[in-house]
Amino acid sequence: MRGSPGSMTVLRPRSAAEAVILCAKHPGCLPLAGGTDLMVLWNMGELNGRRILDLSGVAEWRAVRKTAAGLRVGALATHAELRDDAFVRREFPLLVQAAAAVGAAQIQNRGTLGGNIANASPAGDTFPALAVYEAQIRVVSAKGERVIPFSEFFAGVKKTNLAPGELVSEIEFPFPPSRPRRQLFRKVGTRAAMAISKTVAAGLLWLGPDHRVRELRFALGSMAPTVRRLRAVEEFARGKRLTTEVTAQACNLMSQDVCPIDDVRSTAEYRLRVSQNILAAFLLG
Amino acid sequence: MISFTVNGRKRAYKGPPFKRLIDVLREDFGLTGTKEGCGEGECGACTVLVDRKPVTSCLVPVCQMEGRRIETVESLGREQRLGPLQSSFLEHGGAQCGFCTPGVLMTASVLPKSTAGDPLAIRRALSGHLCRCTGYQTIVESVAKAPRPKPRSRKR
Ligand SMILES: Cc1cc2nc3c(=O)[nH]c(=O)nc-3n(C[C@H](O)[C@H](O)[C@H](O)COP(=O)(O)OP(=O)(O)OC[C@H]3O[C@@H](n4cnc5c(N)ncnc54)[C@H](O)[C@@H]3O)c2cc1C
Ligand code: FES
Ligand code: FES
Repeated sequence: MRGSPGSMTVLRPRSAAEAVILCAKHPGCLPLAGGTDLMVLWNMGELNGRRILDLSGVAEWRAVRKTAAGLRVGALATHAELRDDAFVRREFPLLVQAAAAVGAAQIQNRGTLGGNIANASPAGDTFPALAVYEAQIRVVSAKGERVIPFSEFFAGVKKTNLAPGELVSEIEFPFPPSRPRRQLFRKVGTRAAMAISKTVAAGLLWLGPDHRVRELRFALGSMAPTVRRLRAVEEFARGKRLTTEVTAQACNLMSQDVCPIDDVRSTAEYRLRVSQNILAAFLLG
Repeated sequence: MISFTVNGRKRAYKGPPFKRLIDVLREDFGLTGTKEGCGEGECGACTVLVDRKPVTSCLVPVCQMEGRRIETVESLGREQRLGPLQSSFLEHGGAQCGFCTPGVLMTASVLPKSTAGDPLAIRRALSGHLCRCTGYQTIVESVAKAPRPKPRSRKR
């Protein structure tokens, strides 16, 4: 079955305040940002009869701006806007690379960061970057505002910890403690464009003057029901020199934090091997 | 009522607000140049420009088009008077069955200057389009060899 336009009701708030009020007044309404996830479902006839809360008129949630503490991205900022922003390119390059890996130009022109997060796919390509930058998700409802650390935002496959009536308003990125020595974004899909990731990685590495690891942050998507920081690997590497031996041991610890599966796109074994290769190449530099 | 422009012409749409842009263009305005391939955002056949940016019109509900500037393949030329990009596709075999062509043309029509004549950059820019016929090589050639509008002289 197809989507039936006549069966839909559309609410069009003009401000954040109005969006929050409408969301509270109409429980079960479906927020709509760029529609690149939602419209696929609708075209398959799965959302007929629903009430849509079209957020595209909420100008306050569009902005990408620099703050004293870092970067603030409105939930409605598109992947293209992030990709092309000079400040983001300079200070948060992994976010730029991730945004440029979402679908292709047409998807980046419509799809938003807020929509990517709220959709909570295990394969969301921006998530490893958000995890290593330790993003904070600002959410708002009629009851007020709260901030959820990105690491606590997802509840499972396609599930978030948003309460009913809550909307994502902004995503905050604190400046990293200093410039990382090495950084990495890597997406592995069947082809370069329009492919859902088999595995997707982001990493930041700081080394001390003696070449020992001061801090490592490494995250993987598509390797578990939700994006994962490799806490065991990160802890293990701290204070060590990144020799071949240490790197091999670090790679062996990967499976403590991920649990890849076999599915239509890939196998658990392939996913783990490729992710380990990406981590090894990153650590060895 | 939702108001926007299509190919430079003011339009007022009065139907259901959740109708897809592709269906509004084809059914309400008779602009059947825009094609539907997959209906899932994957193939790029339905690509049109919204405020000069390529988007897949099968994923756009018309309620989001208030005040926007929409351009379809019909804006590039007429049957007897093709635009330079269209002529280049004709000359270099960039179209076979032609189903993907309107979408490809729209994305190609706004390629940044930096991609001019650079096959790799053209391929990257067109990566959101699938073609079942050409094998892409002739599409890339057609785009690379299309005469570009001359940059306007800064003086005077
Ligand atoms: C062809 C194609 C290729 C794609 N490729 C990729 C890819 O490579 N990588 C990738 O990660 N994704 C990909 N996607 C998925 C999609 O483009 C992204 O997830 C995008 O960021 C979604 O944003 P959106 O604004 O379009 O969301 P929408 O479709 O508008 O919304 C998505 C979901 O989030 C909810 N929502 C949206 N905004 C908010 C908000 N502010 N507060 C609360 N809930 C909200 C909606 O109710 C809906 O459930 C692809 C999609 C398509 C069609
Ligand atoms: S028909 Fe819209 S992308 Fe295929
Ligand atoms: S020419 Fe037939 S699909 Fe491209």
